[in-house]
Amino acid sequence: MSRERLLNGALLLALILIPAWALYAGEPFTITLATRAVIFALAAVGLNIALGLGGLVSLGHAVFFGIGGYAMGILASHAQSYTPLMDWPFAIEGTKSMPVIWLVAIVASSCAALLIGLLSLRTSGVYFIMITLAFGQMMYFFAISWPAYGGEDGLSIYVRNGFPGLNTLDPIQFYGLCLALLCLVLAFNARLMRSPFGLALNAARQVPERVRAVGLDPRRLQLVALVISGAITGLAGALFADLNRFVSPTMLSWQMSGEIMVFVIIGGVARLFGPVAGAGIYVLLEHLLGGVSEYWQIFLGLVLLMVVLFGKGGVVGMIAGRRRDD
Amino acid sequence: MSPILLAEQVLNGLQSGVMLFLMAAGLTLIFGVMGLINLAHGSLYMIGAFAAAAVAGATGSFALALVAALAAAAAAGALIELVVIRRLYARDHLDQVLATFALILILSEGTRWLFGSFPLYLNMPPALSGTVSLPGGIVYPVYRLALIAVGIAVALGLWWLNARTRLGIRIRAGENDREMIAALGVDISKLYTLVFAIGAALAGLAGALVGAIQSVQVGMGEPVLILAFVVIVIGGIGSIKGALIGALLVGLTDTLGGVLLPELFKLFTDPATAAATGSAFASMAIYVLMAGVLIWRPTGLFGARA
Repeated sequence: MSRERLLNGALLLALILIPAWALYAGEPFTITLATRAVIFALAAVGLNIALGLGGLVSLGHAVFFGIGGYAMGILASHAQSYTPLMDWPFAIEGTKSMPVIWLVAIVASSCAALLIGLLSLRTSGVYFIMITLAFGQMMYFFAISWPAYGGEDGLSIYVRNGFPGLNTLDPIQFYGLCLALLCLVLAFNARLMRSPFGLALNAARQVPERVRAVGLDPRRLQLVALVISGAITGLAGALFADLNRFVSPTMLSWQMSGEIMVFVIIGGVARLFGPVAGAGIYVLLEHLLGGVSEYWQIFLGLVLLMVVLFGKGGVVGMIAGRRRDD
Repeated sequence: MSPILLAEQVLNGLQSGVMLFLMAAGLTLIFGVMGLINLAHGSLYMIGAFAAAAVAGATGSFALALVAALAAAAAAGALIELVVIRRLYARDHLDQVLATFALILILSEGTRWLFGSFPLYLNMPPALSGTVSLPGGIVYPVYRLALIAVGIAVALGLWWLNARTRLGIRIRAGENDREMIAALGVDISKLYTLVFAIGAALAGLAGALVGAIQSVQVGMGEPVLILAFVVIVIGGIGSIKGALIGALLVGLTDTLGGVLLPELFKLFTDPATAAATGSAFASMAIYVLMAGVLIWRPTGLFGARA
């Protein structure tokens, strides 16, 4: 068993034991923090598919996170006010059911990823970074100036949406739901990395010419990766909105995109559990340093700077060594 | 809509365009010479604005405030280059994005720590605070006209620097072949620090000039930074001419879109809905422009390489 596998096992164990301890000790706030970490991890697992596997430096993943959030906000706000989403040409009602909301979030964010990908994958390198950032900002300003769903103030939902057979208002049950989704997506991601598609995508990142020479289109591979990536981040967005029972344009802001990228980098790019480690460390730092100083982001910036300049491979890279294909 | 109102909006668009040019020119210069994508460029804009507001508050002189803005931004730029940025030239774009994102966090929170969260105000100089009647009956603020003039002057100055001076020759040589000019005895690391400081000073100047019409606050730089990215994507990375034309296009589209789109929607719906829908779509207009340019020319209007 490799060191990376041991580390992955330890991380998974921590995700089970910490909330179990919190439940036993009667500390619901720790469970909420853990839920936050798990949802951020899910968003970062999404970005890691585009960034780590596909080599696409997207600074616009807040678009998908926010679209997921607004999918939840819009559907649930219509359900709580008993107004239909639209009457014509056919009636669509709001809903308070999580599985339906997740499905809508996934479909909507993958459509956005397809559209953004079709445009931004015409370019590469720095252009791609700037364009994804710009499209992110476009959605952000659109959400601010579109008054129907709260505009700048965002949307509040009074009661957390429901999942059949569970009481989602109980923190530990909602946490379990989020953790189950994270594990599902991690399993999917592990399979994806070893699938013919994942191998081809990996090759397209390293030597696009050779991939083209064997008859595959690197752009198309990257587009599919971006759509999968957007869908997962969108799902995380719906969960995040449900955790806070609130969605606002902040979820679409470029800072959010930067933070999702920070989770991936601190943890380790292209490592299966990198985003999990990164999101966990981020939430821990936020909680610990946030208690010490109002200006805790200075320290976050310094940590990030050190990781980028001196610590290649993030936390997983430092503990488990370099990737086999590096 | 009257022609006079339209002409005023065109001037507003030009004004915001030339200020964007100051930001975009620095970014594109830094990318062209060093191959670096600098997210912290917006922080230098903010530093310029805060330095100007602090000095203007202490001395009451706008001229001193501008000098302070240029000096503070250039010094901050040179310091950042020496400590962090020069370790990034050989790295990939991902590392550059992350390290400069970290710099944004440090500089923004550091400024908040020094100056607090409340916005500062920078008053424009009394000599420029009135309005002037232009031919055709347009009454327009003198200060905004002065901003347009400064922008044009900087554009001309940059052209002169690039085309007519020894430094310009070195910059162009650096864009083409770094190893070669290093071999010819030019101290490349000094050149890089200098170019970065020039770009930073331009951003600081823009921050101070715009700070007098908007409030000076933490986080003011990033929206401008992202607009400057849109400008560069449209104009083509590394091209100062592209930055100028891109900046004017973005400035005009943004300003005119905000006025004309609500008017356009009034043809179809009631005024209240038209205003809301129009302004929502107007906020997307420049990105639609960017998407259009990308479909037409993926490397921008004047860009040579991807």
